Amino acid sequence: MSMLQIENLHARVEGKEILKGLSLTVNAGEVHAIMGPNGAGKSTLGNVLSGRDGYEVTAGSVTYNGIDLLALEPEARAAAGVFLAFQYPVEIPGVNNTYFLRAAANAQRKARGEKELDSMQFLKLVREKLKVMQISDELLHRAVNEGFSGGEKKRNEIFQMAVLEPKLAILDETDSGLDIDALQQVAQGVNMLRSPDRAFLMITHYQRLLDYVVPDFVHVLAGGRIVESGDKSLALKLEEHGYRGIGESHPAGAQA
Amino acid sequence: MSQSASLPLVESLLEAPLPPSGIAWLDQAREQNRGAFAAGGLPDTRVEAWKYTALRALGQRRFAAVDVDAQNHDVDPAAWALPGVDGVRLVFVNGEFRPDLSLLDTLPAGLSVLPLSQALHAQAEPLRFSLSRHYADIGDAFAQVNAASARDGVVLRVDARAKIDVPVQLVFVAAATSVDLAWHVRNVIELGESAELTLIEQHVGHGAAAQLATQVSDIELAEGATLQHTVLQQTTENTNLVRRTAMRLQARASATLHVLELGGALVRHDLHADLVGDHAQFHSRGVFMPHGRQHADTQLGIRHQALNTSSTSHWRGVASDRARGVFRGAILVAPGADGSDASLSNKNLLLSPSAEIDTKPELEIYADEVKAAHGATVGQLDERALFYLRSRGIAIAEARALLTAAFCRAMLDDLPNEALREHLSNLLMAQLPNS
Repeated sequence: MSMLQIENLHARVEGKEILKGLSLTVNAGEVHAIMGPNGAGKSTLGNVLSGRDGYEVTAGSVTYNGIDLLALEPEARAAAGVFLAFQYPVEIPGVNNTYFLRAAANAQRKARGEKELDSMQFLKLVREKLKVMQISDELLHRAVNEGFSGGEKKRNEIFQMAVLEPKLAILDETDSGLDIDALQQVAQGVNMLRSPDRAFLMITHYQRLLDYVVPDFVHVLAGGRIVESGDKSLALKLEEHGYRGIGESHPAGAQA
Repeated sequence: MSQSASLPLVESLLEAPLPPSGIAWLDQAREQNRGAFAAGGLPDTRVEAWKYTALRALGQRRFAAVDVDAQNHDVDPAAWALPGVDGVRLVFVNGEFRPDLSLLDTLPAGLSVLPLSQALHAQAEPLRFSLSRHYADIGDAFAQVNAASARDGVVLRVDARAKIDVPVQLVFVAAATSVDLAWHVRNVIELGESAELTLIEQHVGHGAAAQLATQVSDIELAEGATLQHTVLQQTTENTNLVRRTAMRLQARASATLHVLELGGALVRHDLHADLVGDHAQFHSRGVFMPHGRQHADTQLGIRHQALNTSSTSHWRGVASDRARGVFRGAILVAPGADGSDASLSNKNLLLSPSAEIDTKPELEIYADEVKAAHGATVGQLDERALFYLRSRGIAIAEARALLTAAFCRAMLDDLPNEALREHLSNLLMAQLPNS
């Protein structure tokens, strides 16, 4: 059984249809890159999968480890192992980063019927992950994302992912706005977390992240559907020729 | 006689015998304030300061003037116990000083504190300026009632240069009585030059006390004096509490207030600070959290009247159920108060569609080179933040509580007593719905 099966997904935002029959299958252990021009529906896909309000699914299905993912509340999806690394992580003044992460980790454990971590156990886990992610522990004492630089926010997303250990990680343009050093750090974090029982969906506009996190599959999302799939060489082709050619040879409506 | 004189509330307050003091100027001041109240009655909502706080329902009730059991109510000390606060304590039950519940055995050097009832016997003259005030000019009906009727309260002085290192706890208990009761306390607090004091003012309830309580506090800070003042109001849901706090700050004096309005039925606080000396500073942080059918009204007035004075005021309101919050923050920078710096903000959250908060910042500037900022908002929780927390696995009710608590807790950040800060922060959490 595949981990994630998206079939003929149609979704609307503010009455406008953005996803128009998207299908995709992801197996455990695989890294899939979703590329595409602006407005193709890339971020909509991430938001629909994580359950954000305002995204209305009008047709199709999303099956995650045998269950109907779309029927779950966002927090239930998280507990089931779905993680979204936000394109724009939200600043939450007054909520301490460590407190937040522990509340999240324990909420998930509780939902799964596992024992909650006490503060000592949690601190130990956090220290391990900090070391692996090469993040300073100063970040732990601050409010969630408050006053973080763009790079710090993205690294904090990857750090949260490391602590929460999801089964399916969706990275929504995690590479956008990063300089080359920050990009490498983020990529290194992702590579550390690659494992046979974890899958990644990397949504990106540019090919450059894929130099550091080499995907097993590359898909082109245009006009609300996957118009072409291939291996990592497809990304290089896109880099060379741009999305223009792809969009024209495979108009979104042509196969519908 | 005003129209409102025929209201049961006004009638019952006017029927109460004036407490005889044996001090001519005091009896005269009481008569005059009583007369002003009889003539003016209660304000209605056409009066700007009472626009959002209607006294119609309260006006239909009668309150008895005397609690014969005030000395006998058995009150659990847990009602006022606070971590990090263990020093001098004065307890008043239904407006009367209770020596048996108070802690005045060992006063630190430089601190003198007495209940007003005793201070008037010992030496009334120093209180003359405060207690002979008339509240007709500012049209404060409840202050008039208080000035006419208050028999007890706190008289506290800190000598010049004395640094009082234990907090002084002032506890006002509303204890349940067989009849609806009105009571009044009058506080006079003075800090001498360069004196330092930490005050904790608590309003607590014991049993379901259907009461109308008024309090008037005058707080004077001489040059260079420093006051840390924390107010915790957690009376029961049928206690009506109307307070006026008037502060005057001389040169380089500094007052920092933290106010938590958590309880009560109709609660009104007029908080005024006059910065009359150069470089005086006033800082206030407050949270009001009415729920059920509570009504919490804070009227903040700050007057910058000297050079280079500064004030910061940050208040947050959270209303749930059918509760109503009111906040008015008025800052005046008077002619000649050049170089003053004032900031005022009031942010509010509505947790229910039937809750309401009315907020109004006002700024009047008549001086030069003044920095002033003000703002007020009323809204709901940030949906993006809510989704962010949920996407990490935190259930919606917990996510809401977490964000609301963070919103309020920020007001306690600069409270120096860590144990107290933690305790107050937990009280805020406990007050939230769904937590």
